[in-house]
Amino acid sequence: MTSKLLTIIEKDGKAAKDKDPNLSDAELKRVYKTMVTTRMMDERALNLQRQGGIGFYLQALGQEASHIGSALAMEDSDWFFPAYRQPGIMLLRGADLDDIVNEWYGNDGDTSKGRQMPVHYSLRSINFVSISSPIGTQLSHAAGAAMAAKIRGDDTVFMTYCGDGGTSSNDFHSGLNFAAVYQSPCVFVVENNQWAISVPTSQQTASESMAAKATAYGIPGVRVDGNDILAVYRVCKEAVDRARKGGGPTLVETVTYRMGSHSSSDDAARYRDEEEYERWKERDPIDRFQKYLAKKKLWSQDWEDEFREQFKQDLQDAIDRARVRPKPAAATLFDDVYMNPTKQLIEQREELLGLEGPEADDIGEFPL
Amino acid sequence: MTEMTLLGAVTDALRTEMRNDDRVVVFGEDVGKKGGVFGATDGIQSEFGETRCFDTPLSECGIIGTAVGMAVYGIRPIAEIQFMDFIYPAFDQIVSEAAKMRYRSGGEYTCPMVIRTPYGGGIRGGHYHSQSSEAYFCHTPGLKVVIPSTAADTKGLLISSIRDEDPVMFLEPKRIYRTHKGEVPDGEHVVPLGKGRVAREGTDCTIVAWGAMVGICEKAADEAAKQGKSIEIIDPRSLVPLDEELILESVKKTGRCLVVYEAPKSCSFGSEIAAIVAEKAIEYLEGPVARVGGFDTPFPYSLEHLYMPDVRRVLKGIEKTFTW
Repeated sequence: MTSKLLTIIEKDGKAAKDKDPNLSDAELKRVYKTMVTTRMMDERALNLQRQGGIGFYLQALGQEASHIGSALAMEDSDWFFPAYRQPGIMLLRGADLDDIVNEWYGNDGDTSKGRQMPVHYSLRSINFVSISSPIGTQLSHAAGAAMAAKIRGDDTVFMTYCGDGGTSSNDFHSGLNFAAVYQSPCVFVVENNQWAISVPTSQQTASESMAAKATAYGIPGVRVDGNDILAVYRVCKEAVDRARKGGGPTLVETVTYRMGSHSSSDDAARYRDEEEYERWKERDPIDRFQKYLAKKKLWSQDWEDEFREQFKQDLQDAIDRARVRPKPAAATLFDDVYMNPTKQLIEQREELLGLEGPEADDIGEFPL
Repeated sequence: MTEMTLLGAVTDALRTEMRNDDRVVVFGEDVGKKGGVFGATDGIQSEFGETRCFDTPLSECGIIGTAVGMAVYGIRPIAEIQFMDFIYPAFDQIVSEAAKMRYRSGGEYTCPMVIRTPYGGGIRGGHYHSQSSEAYFCHTPGLKVVIPSTAADTKGLLISSIRDEDPVMFLEPKRIYRTHKGEVPDGEHVVPLGKGRVAREGTDCTIVAWGAMVGICEKAADEAAKQGKSIEIIDPRSLVPLDEELILESVKKTGRCLVVYEAPKSCSFGSEIAAIVAEKAIEYLEGPVARVGGFDTPFPYSLEHLYMPDVRRVLKGIEKTFTW
């Protein structure tokens, strides 16, 4: 059992030479840019929600290293079964910004056709499987997809995420147990951000760590500094490589912190000490990585200003396009329930489309 | 044609489709070496190997959760839940995940899988080995629900379910697993989902029934014939999608309708059929639509024979459609 916390980048940006995964300069810069733009996107989206532009949002503030560092360990042909707090994976994989923003608006350009609340993306173009709200269900899916890949003889690896709260779900147990029994190529990333909405980790488990739970399943469990992107990458790369070589699943616990509230509907100030937030702010994953890059002479203010300006504009353009797109057509309400609609669905569709008079307006856009 | 039991037809369908499509895998508790607690997968592992037919940990939630992942990835899982009464730990995976995958992803991801499970009473199994909880699943958009009542239909419907592009609940009436025998076509045999069958022709009253209740209704119809009443029996074969037309055509002809099912009477799928008939055929009705179901109690053990619809209760139900 490994429950020691692996850290590579020190507070001042220095990295232990023997532990540094030695990513190329171009890769390091791409990763930094992804972290920064992910945070920019989160900020812009939350503002949009506050201004009444979109109905809901859920940030990954403070967890950029945790999910981007883990995703970086995956090949393009590998699959993600994400939870709802890994937006940086989409930017890392070069997803179309329109696909992301259209989902916030649930408009007719949304890949999921306006069927889900904001942040429940489905992006087949980057092997990013549709997100659901029930906690932990994706953990069994990843285990099953990994079993299927093994049955077919594919060398695909699967990565799935949950938070500290997710470790209490039925599917955490089922997913880890099945993946372990069948030695399927799956990496379980528990982003321990210390809070499940308002419930702290101490109320979630009596285990000494989330990684410790791996022992009971007979698989490696690794605990890593989740605000250190190189450490997260290194640990996950080992796990992904092991999975691809037939070595079975790994549980990775990234110890991090949810710097924002749970969602746009939550206010963390009601249950959380400001002091705790300040302590973690000092360990901000982006600041730390920036110091590391600066030491390597890979970062400059000009470069950052430039890509920030470009991303700000690109995102705004995507928002401007998304907000004027209409809702999906009424008839699409009945599509995709089944491959072909049943007679009952066709009858209900005709009944709806045959109605006359104004559509109901008493629900409003964002009633909560 | 070969004569086989309804149970044998399950095995025959699995074998036929596994030979036909190497994406198909079968798994669940005790389905491997043992061949299932009822023997439905007998010989499957020895023919297809442990990669395509395997035992799982004792976790319905895990069986269905991993099946969803397999289906999303692109193989064809057939998951066995040992008894339908044990399916509830997997309820979230079935209704929130399997059923909604296509819809919630805008069709980007789909979940073609079959959940096979023995259901229903009549085996002295108490309430954890006897329930008919089809209504929960019929109530969930995105799922198909299929129930055979003959050996030939079992094979044909199961093969169709495996080939279907959506998740299918395939409910096997275990009471007649071995008591029902019939001629089953060899090799390829497909019965489409959404097409019911007329199990018995008649002119005075339509009974809609599925699974093991079809046989009970046939016996009741023999008795009713002695009283001069000609009963037509419709077996929908799949509850979702439902062959409404066949039911309505029959009711329009007979002018009467009784629905017979094992589930608790209230809020059942039988209630749905009664509502459809009331909504779409009221002008043809010569009497009230009646329901004979289980009672609104948990499924009993010692008094099971009173809980289950039997010939006596079905006859009483027929009478209600004539006399009110």
